[in-house]
Amino acid sequence: MSTTPPPSPGRLFGEFARVGLSGFGGVLPFVRRAVVERNGWIDDRGFTELLGVAQVMPGPNVVNLAVMLGYRYAGVRGALFAFSGLVLVPMALLLAIVYFYYRFGDVAGVRGALRGMMAVSAGLILATGFKLATGLPRHVRALVPMVVALIAVGFLRLPLVPVVLILLPLCLALEWWAGRRAAGGESVPSEERRPDRDR
Amino acid sequence: MNAVVDSITAADPAMLWAMFKQFLLLSLLSIGGANSTVSEMHRFMVIEHQWIDEQRFTELYAISQAAPGPNVLFVALFGLEAAGFLGLAVAMFGICGPSSLLALLLEHAAADPRNARWMGLIKRSLAPMTVGLVLSTGVVLAQGATTGWVTALLVAATVIALIATRWHPLLLIAVGAAIGALQLN
Repeated sequence: MSTTPPPSPGRLFGEFARVGLSGFGGVLPFVRRAVVERNGWIDDRGFTELLGVAQVMPGPNVVNLAVMLGYRYAGVRGALFAFSGLVLVPMALLLAIVYFYYRFGDVAGVRGALRGMMAVSAGLILATGFKLATGLPRHVRALVPMVVALIAVGFLRLPLVPVVLILLPLCLALEWWAGRRAAGGESVPSEERRPDRDR
Repeated sequence: MNAVVDSITAADPAMLWAMFKQFLLLSLLSIGGANSTVSEMHRFMVIEHQWIDEQRFTELYAISQAAPGPNVLFVALFGLEAAGFLGLAVAMFGICGPSSLLALLLEHAAADPRNARWMGLIKRSLAPMTVGLVLSTGVVLAQGATTGWVTALLVAATVIALIATRWHPLLLIAVGAAIGALQLN
């Protein structure tokens, strides 16, 4: 596949507005579809890595992601345009929906339809998680943090911040250690910290 | 249009400033997304300041989750309910501003080849946990959305459809809305 040219700010605005307007109950599946599948600006692994950074940083995840991708491809203007498309365009629609809801929210059919949409959007997020999982490298080092995070936050409902604060240093240490071991007997740059067991 | 003008002229500067400061702070605390600070927003907007009443808070949150757009938009509705259109602007700018600036600075630093090594390390180590957290969101939403066998089937069918077919997700959402409107339970 040939490399796609970097998108212009206007293109970023359009793509992210489309994403924002499509994303019922969470835009993540639509962001992945737009930047990985439709435009090929980034592959699944690159997307997961960027999402990882966007998730650990404070702030709305997808907004962080849009700002970072926008900046990467078109500088500060790109970041602003991606942000506006993703946030401001759907916000206008949401205000219209709120007005509608205050008038017709009591209708039973409307409530039922909302329930059905929530169920589908839950399924969409789960499926996106499965797709991203297949993009991960196939080793224990990747599988264990994924399963631990899923059990801790998804099933045990532990608060996110402490879970991330515990898992994050562990993952960093594991990856750093694996990188060193892969380097094997080759000489290691002297400025690197020595492993603890050498003390 | 009059309602918009009224809401702007009626806004209380001291209250707007207090709200703005709270959201600036929450922006930097919302690790894992705006949803992680909903309980804190509830504490200061409903309990401490009574800017929004309990039922309205829950309603607005539910609407924003069902409507298209990033999850963070529920903040716009809280701001609007508490202080009109200026409240909306203050709340959204507060919650998105500091964190977006931080994301921009990080992306800027990442582009520098001198930082490539540790950025690569950070990204590689975060990826698995990230997927676990996406799946967690799916599990939490699925448990909340499952109110009976019809909704449980809808969740499962959506997962299969998105993985096995090229159907557009919006088509699936439309099907979900249609089935839900039939009130099968």
